[in-house]
Parts: sequence; C-alpha cells; structure tokens
Amino acid sequence: MASIKGSGRRGTALHASLIIGLLLSAFPFYWAVIMSTHTSSEIFSYPPKLLPGSHFLENVRNLLDTIDFFGSMWNSLLVATTVTFLVLFFDSLAAFVFAKFAFPGKNLLFALLMLIFMVPAQLAAIPQFVIMAKIGWIGSMTALIVPAAANAFGIFWMRQYMRSAIHDELLDASKLDGAGFMRQYWHVALPVVRPGLAFLGIFTFMGQWNDYAWPLIALTNPDNVTLQVALSQLNGTHGTTDYGMVMTGAVLALIPLLIVFAIGARQIIGDLAKGAVRG
Amino acid sequence: MAVIEQTPTPPVVAPSTPTRPKKGLRKYWHLYAAISPFYLLFLAFGLIPVGFSLYLSFHRWDGLGSMEWAGLSQYQYLVSDSDFWQSIGNTLVIWALATFPMIFLAMVTAVMLNSAVRFKNAYRFAYFLPNVTSVVAIAIVFGSIFSTNFGLVNALLQAVGLDQVAWLNTPWGIKVAIATLMTWQWTGYNAIIFLAGLQTIPGDLYEAARIDGAGPVQTFFRVTLPLLRPTLLFVLVVSTVTGLQSFSEPQVLLQTTANESTFSGGPDHAGRTMVLYFFQQTFDNNDFGYGAAVAWGIFLVVVLFSIINWRLVQRRGEQ
Repeated sequence: MASIKGSGRRGTALHASLIIGLLLSAFPFYWAVIMSTHTSSEIFSYPPKLLPGSHFLENVRNLLDTIDFFGSMWNSLLVATTVTFLVLFFDSLAAFVFAKFAFPGKNLLFALLMLIFMVPAQLAAIPQFVIMAKIGWIGSMTALIVPAAANAFGIFWMRQYMRSAIHDELLDASKLDGAGFMRQYWHVALPVVRPGLAFLGIFTFMGQWNDYAWPLIALTNPDNVTLQVALSQLNGTHGTTDYGMVMTGAVLALIPLLIVFAIGARQIIGDLAKGAVRG
Repeated sequence: MAVIEQTPTPPVVAPSTPTRPKKGLRKYWHLYAAISPFYLLFLAFGLIPVGFSLYLSFHRWDGLGSMEWAGLSQYQYLVSDSDFWQSIGNTLVIWALATFPMIFLAMVTAVMLNSAVRFKNAYRFAYFLPNVTSVVAIAIVFGSIFSTNFGLVNALLQAVGLDQVAWLNTPWGIKVAIATLMTWQWTGYNAIIFLAGLQTIPGDLYEAARIDGAGPVQTFFRVTLPLLRPTLLFVLVVSTVTGLQSFSEPQVLLQTTANESTFSGGPDHAGRTMVLYFFQQTFDNNDFGYGAAVAWGIFLVVVLFSIINWRLVQRRGEQ
C-alpha cells in the first residue's frame, strides 16, 4: 500500500516482518539439515539440537545400506526427464495447432480439452491400474511415463503463450520460403516460445519428481520404486530404525529439485503469477 | 478456472464438415495428427477409465474374480457409511484449518511485498521455496517437528512451561499437524499469486483513497480486497480442489503411528481424509467396486464444495 511505502521506521518494520516470514519458510529446511547431521540418540535428547552435528556421513552410509537410494533416484530422474521431454514436444505441437491454425472441429476439440483439465485423478485410478495390469505395465516405469506424456494444462498454457508470441507475418514469410508444417513448428515457433517451454518443462519435472500417489500403487515391486516411494518406505519403519538416516534421505532427495528450481526460479515465479491473474 | 459439472464427451477425432468432409480430412490431416497424442492418451487413460469406474461402482469386484452386479447397493452403503462421513469431516476440518490461515497470511505477505521497495525478488524466491519441496520429504520433517518425544513444538511448549501435546496421537493434534504442513507449503505460493493481482491495481486508486483520508486498514477493505476478488476466487477454488484431495500429507505423516494399514490415517482414523479412505477401501481391502463408488462420492463432495465457495466469494464481492 502506498501509505506505508518508503523507508524510515515503517520500512524497517516492514522488512523485519518479511524476514520473520522468510525465516518461518526456511526453518523446516534448516531443521532437516541439522537433524541429518545427528545420530538418533542425539535427536531424541532434550533440549533439541539446533546446531549441526558430526554424523552426516555416517547417516549417508546407513541410508545407502538401507535403501537403494541411487537406484530409486535414477528411476525418478528417468521418469521425470522422459515425461518432461514428451510433454514439451506433444503439448507444444498441439498448442501450435490450436494457436495458429483453423480447421473443422477446432472449437469443439479445444472445449473438450478444457473439460478434461478438470477431471480428478482418483476417478480414473482403479481402472487405470486394472488396464495397466492387463497389459503388463504395472511394476515398470512405463506405467508412470505413458499416461503423463501429454496433458491439458500444458497445451492450454502453451497455446496462450503462442497466440501472443508468434506473429502471423513470421509464419507467412516462412511459408513463402517453402517451409512445411513441421519446419514451421520446429524452426519458427519453438525458438520464439523458449521461455514458455522453460516454465512448462520445470513445472512438469517438479511435478513428476514429487508425484507420490500413483507410483505408490503402480510400482508393486519394493525394490524398483521412485525416490518418493523409497523415502516413505524408510519413514514407515522408523520406529525401529534410525531417524537421522531418514532425515538424511529427505534432505538428499530435495537437492535435485532445488537445483532445478534455482535454474528456473525467475521463469517459474513470474510466469505462474502471470497465468493466475490472466485466468 | 471453472470446476463445475464435467461430463466428458468422446473426442471427435474425425470432424464432420458439412461440405466436402473428405477433402477437409485430407487437407488438415497433419493438424489432426499433431493434436492426436493428447486425445489418444486421454481416451486410453482418462475417458475409458472414468467410464469403467462408473460401471465398476455398480458391481462387486475384488480385482481378480468375476464381477458381480450390485445395482445401487454400493451407493446405498456409501451414504450410510459412517467411516466415509468421518473422512469427509476430517477432510473439511483439515482444509479449513489450513486454508483460512493460509489465505490470511498470504494476503498480508503480498501486501507487504507490494510495498517493499528493495529485495523483492529475493523475498519472492525464498517464499516460494516451500512449494518446491516434495510432500514426502517435508512430511517426514514435519513428523519430527510434531513428534511427541523429541519434537520441536513440544520442546518449545516445555520451554515456556506448558504441557506436552501428543500431536500425532490425538484427533485434533493430527489435524493441526497436517494443516500446519499444508499452510507452510502453500502460503508463499499464494502470496505470489496475490502479489501479481495487487500489481494490476492502479496506483492512483490508492492516491485517491489517501486524499479521502482513508487509513491503511480502510484502504485494504475498500480498495484492495474488492479489486483482488478474481485472484481470491482463483486461490480459493484451487485450494479447495487440491485441499479436498489431500493424500500424501496424512499418508506420510501418519503411517508411522499406524499399526494396521498405511492408509488408516493415524489413531481413531482422525487423519483419514477422503482420498486416504478411497485408497484403503480399494487397495487394502481389494474392494474395487466400493472404491469406485467412494471415488464418485469424493468427486461429488469436491464439486459441491467448490460451487459453495465460489458462490460465497462472488456474493460477498457484490455487496
């Protein structure tokens, strides 16, 4: 608000409040890191330890002995990366068509797409499980990758982006040069919408990396799971195991995500907010 | 963001142009091919499954043997199933405990961010971080923060001379713990959405309010809040749809204290949300038919509740 804008005592109070909020946001991360450096008995002691200990490497060793951490991380990376590239390709291709071409049935198909946007996941969960069990995908990463390979949100998002970013003159010019549909898509459309693709890519990757409910039921073999499922298995047995180790797992699982976020933070925060106001 | 009735109709891959349909298809085939992956995937993993789940909800099936026609009996059982009603109650209480503080805090944060001149981007980055984390990892962290024996919250209570609370062992404690986790994860996200909404409000409106002698509180309720209504609607509907389908938070947070099923939602099932109940009925009890009926019940609750929320915000704005 304009009335409290500026510096002076009010400005100081403002920044103090913002910093308190920031500390509350950051605290659970700090706490997790601290706990990952202690043994279980240190964690159970009172008063709680607020400073780092010296058992991080020991916890890491225990973690690697207990679950196949890198194996499940590899599974997560494989699924998230594959899905991200498939989504970027299929969604942007479909979005290009919806944004820049006219054809019979277009409005109907797009309205349908918007409806699909809103179908809740668990309505389809049982039959999806049954269908995949029938075709033998249950237990493999295919069950995670294929259904996620294209989505309504991404098509909608990229269509909005392409409508304003790709100018018709550009397409007409490339057409005069003899470019066909795929060349227009690949050489004219894609380079222009790279920021939009970056947002969709990061968003998709994070969503896939964090997905939990579907992998939990679709990956039936406990030795071949994604990282989130492996972590929850670790947590489920913590009554008898090592709490420092569990926290170490949680902390290490966040690192790839934080890297991806740090790379695309500006894009994701800015674009997300823009999309919300537009919608 | 319209989350109203949804009756998906089959995708019409071959469009019917009244004149020369064949030529149209030949002329535009590459366009249909380009959009077809999504519609084919939706057909296989969306439309057919949703239709099948409706069919399933009228049957008894353990997932292996043959299906047995059950008519409306699954739904009759559903409306009288006290466990299902309890899960609805749990979900709504957790949703309310998480959403109202979250919206309040997010708005306050957004207003503060809007008037901050410096470090705006650094703040936005830091406030968004909780939303980036995986629910599984962070639920483990919150499990330790709310732990009875060595939890940080209890250590704080002890430090100021209060009694410890067995957070994850009492019905209210469980709900508060889950709601705190959700509030923590979504406040910054929504603050950034609100901030974007605030930035669309023209500055001369504030100028005019100031000249009319309005204080900060008055300005907020007379100028900011009414103009922020579309954003508030968006935030409320999204938080309703996601909040009422909460699953990972209670599942990870409470599976450690459960001695029976990982979907049981803790002592007295106090944290068993609707979706947890769905998973329990379907995959623990192998009761696929009833699970399907539960899924349709959840869907109905979410739609109803979204409409109610929508109406409330709309009407309040009209006053």
